[in-house]
Amino acid sequence: MATTADLAQPLPEPRRAARGRSYLSDEVTIVSWLTTTDHKRIGVMFFVATTLAFALGGFFAMLLRLEHLTPGPTLVDAMTYNRMFTLHGVIMVFLFLVPSIPTAFGNFVLPMMIGAKDVAFPRLNLASFYVYLTGATLVLYSMFANGLDTGWTFYTPYSAQSPSAVVPAVTGVFIVGMSSILTGLNFIVTVHTLRSRGLGWLKLPLFVWAIYATSIIQVLATPVLGMSLALVGLDHALDLGIFDPARGGDPVLFQHLFWFYSHPAVYIMILPSMGVISELVCTYSRKNPKSYKAIAYSSLGIAAVGFLTWGHHLFVAGISVFDAGAFGILSMLVGIFSAIKVFTWIGTMRRGSIVLSTPMVYVCTFLFLFVFGGMTGIAFATTSLDVHWHDTYFVVAHFHFIMVGGALAGWLGALHYWWPKITGRLYSERWGLLASALVFAGFVTTFFPQFLLGNAGMPRRYFEYPAKFQVLHVMSTLGATILAAGLLITLIYLLASLFSKERAGNNPWRSAGFEWRTSSPPPKHNFTALLDVSRGAYDYTELPAEEEAADP
Amino acid sequence: MTNGTRVHAEHFESLEQQAHAAHLGMWLFLASEALLFSGLFALYTLARLEHPAGFHVGLQHAEKTIGSINTLILLTSSYSVASAVLALRAGKRSATLTLLAVTIALGLGFMGLKFFEYARHFAEGIRPGGQGSFFAEFPVPGVAPFWTLYYVMTGLHVLHVAAGLSVLGWMSWKVARRTILPPYDHPLALAAMLWHLVDIVWIFLWPLFYLTERV
Repeated sequence: MATTADLAQPLPEPRRAARGRSYLSDEVTIVSWLTTTDHKRIGVMFFVATTLAFALGGFFAMLLRLEHLTPGPTLVDAMTYNRMFTLHGVIMVFLFLVPSIPTAFGNFVLPMMIGAKDVAFPRLNLASFYVYLTGATLVLYSMFANGLDTGWTFYTPYSAQSPSAVVPAVTGVFIVGMSSILTGLNFIVTVHTLRSRGLGWLKLPLFVWAIYATSIIQVLATPVLGMSLALVGLDHALDLGIFDPARGGDPVLFQHLFWFYSHPAVYIMILPSMGVISELVCTYSRKNPKSYKAIAYSSLGIAAVGFLTWGHHLFVAGISVFDAGAFGILSMLVGIFSAIKVFTWIGTMRRGSIVLSTPMVYVCTFLFLFVFGGMTGIAFATTSLDVHWHDTYFVVAHFHFIMVGGALAGWLGALHYWWPKITGRLYSERWGLLASALVFAGFVTTFFPQFLLGNAGMPRRYFEYPAKFQVLHVMSTLGATILAAGLLITLIYLLASLFSKERAGNNPWRSAGFEWRTSSPPPKHNFTALLDVSRGAYDYTELPAEEEAADP
Repeated sequence: MTNGTRVHAEHFESLEQQAHAAHLGMWLFLASEALLFSGLFALYTLARLEHPAGFHVGLQHAEKTIGSINTLILLTSSYSVASAVLALRAGKRSATLTLLAVTIALGLGFMGLKFFEYARHFAEGIRPGGQGSFFAEFPVPGVAPFWTLYYVMTGLHVLHVAAGLSVLGWMSWKVARRTILPPYDHPLALAAMLWHLVDIVWIFLWPLFYLTERV
């Protein structure tokens, strides 16, 4: 069995010298980066921007957890607390989780995975980055201009009357949504039109399927969110009373429109992560997927059914018993597609030659968090239980396990897996394993107590709580600290690897994936020869060499 | 072929592939635009089901003549822009430019009439959000949502008209500069698709805000 130590061997001297120009060394000025249309550079820029958003959202999360160390006021006052949980949610959902994997890793590897030189619309891709920055800037502006206290869901009628900076915030989210639409549109067209010769749909890497399914949701659901938030903004600015029941409006309709996007948005966050897991499982098990079609089609299944489940957020908001039952059953259908994926991944690992390196630890983290969170999701879809858990910490724990934990594990797995591809450097495997263990332990310690808190009746978004809940709250804060330490260590060793002289081989993980059949980091146009797809992306009948590259 | 030097972008294999990609991209964009409007149509449907009487009063005060003339204008402009695409494909550059100018003139005419209509409603005391003397005169529930939706939906539509006109203006400039010439002619076809969207949305707004008084 191959060990991680074997994989991380540095290259012998002569091969390092023979390295050609990469997308990194081609032009090095700042202007060349800011005006680039190279999907790889745009991916890197998106990675930096979304990671900064993640750091900011994480900072707010830490403050929230510290605030809850004591039952009464600890650090901040109640109004500041409201603003912090709102910004934590808005930043994490719209500026990090939704764009993180597609814009950074999707941009970087998707064109390579289909043997293309770039995405279909390179200039639109760059525009999407600047549109994202504009929207993010507006959201951050709202943070300084009086903050935002509506919760990330912007529920009406409060959001139309809140004294905080609702208008810049919803405008910012609207603009970030435009960036999301443009990126999704670009990926769909890229997959349709730029596949290498001989690369049929059923030969595509599974990450491509996942990003494709995600893109469909982005293109079709985001405009509805954009419209609903635009209406909230108009209502706030011009006092239109669109969702105000006193003037003939309907606040529940806002919830319908909001969740029509925001429930599929959960799949925007988790599907790319599932794509990553599919890649990692095969690479580190040295096996083809147990069932390629099961994984590929279940992504589309999730994308399709995901559009019909939004009503489960409204079980206590006044929808009919029939609607609630229908939405409950449709929500459970998602569980079937998800289970198909989980079993297929585990079936892939079975009898594989498993290499337990850092990305593989994140695969296991994903499986644990996703299955645990998924089971609570099935429970939630039954209306009687939902009524008990609605708006408690149980919901918070549920969606952090399944959506945040799943997306984060996939993101960290992707980051470690493609780090040598993107930078040409290898991180320290020892530190990687330590950090991944801390992230897993920290995550579970943070959110498991929240299941117990919620079940015992602790409502979400409350500033104070009864003293009997303190032990569980302190445990949760301890977990958050461990999680933060794990992420901080990750940041340090990844940055440190950039300064190491050691180069990663072209294919340090000995993956059969198409993106590893060129040098690492790749040349400007990805491949110097036509991608040969006659050997499949999951063909491990022969273990690929470390230094495999189609380029001479 | 009048422009032999025009080649496809380097990441495509051929101009046909590039045009195919661009068309697919535009269709996806139009799908997302349709969903942008769909939320508003959902709002309209629910508000109307809840307050049929208020919507009846609102429709009685709609500027039916202006609305119908505007429909005629937009339909004609869709015809002229489609003819412009055909003319360009046939290599008739000056005919293309004339037809585009006609389309833009019709679009501007639509906007002019639309703003005239808004001005008349404002003079009548109908402002968005149920503000104005009109609403004191007709205190029927549903009148305010009708007019708020009228302003929001036709307003978003007018924004699209303005955006479409800018794109058509830009295309005219490119045709005039000979940077868009067969076989590189798909950008104009895409601009025309965008213009047709403006037309199609209006085809739904027209009955909802002007015609269905007796329904």
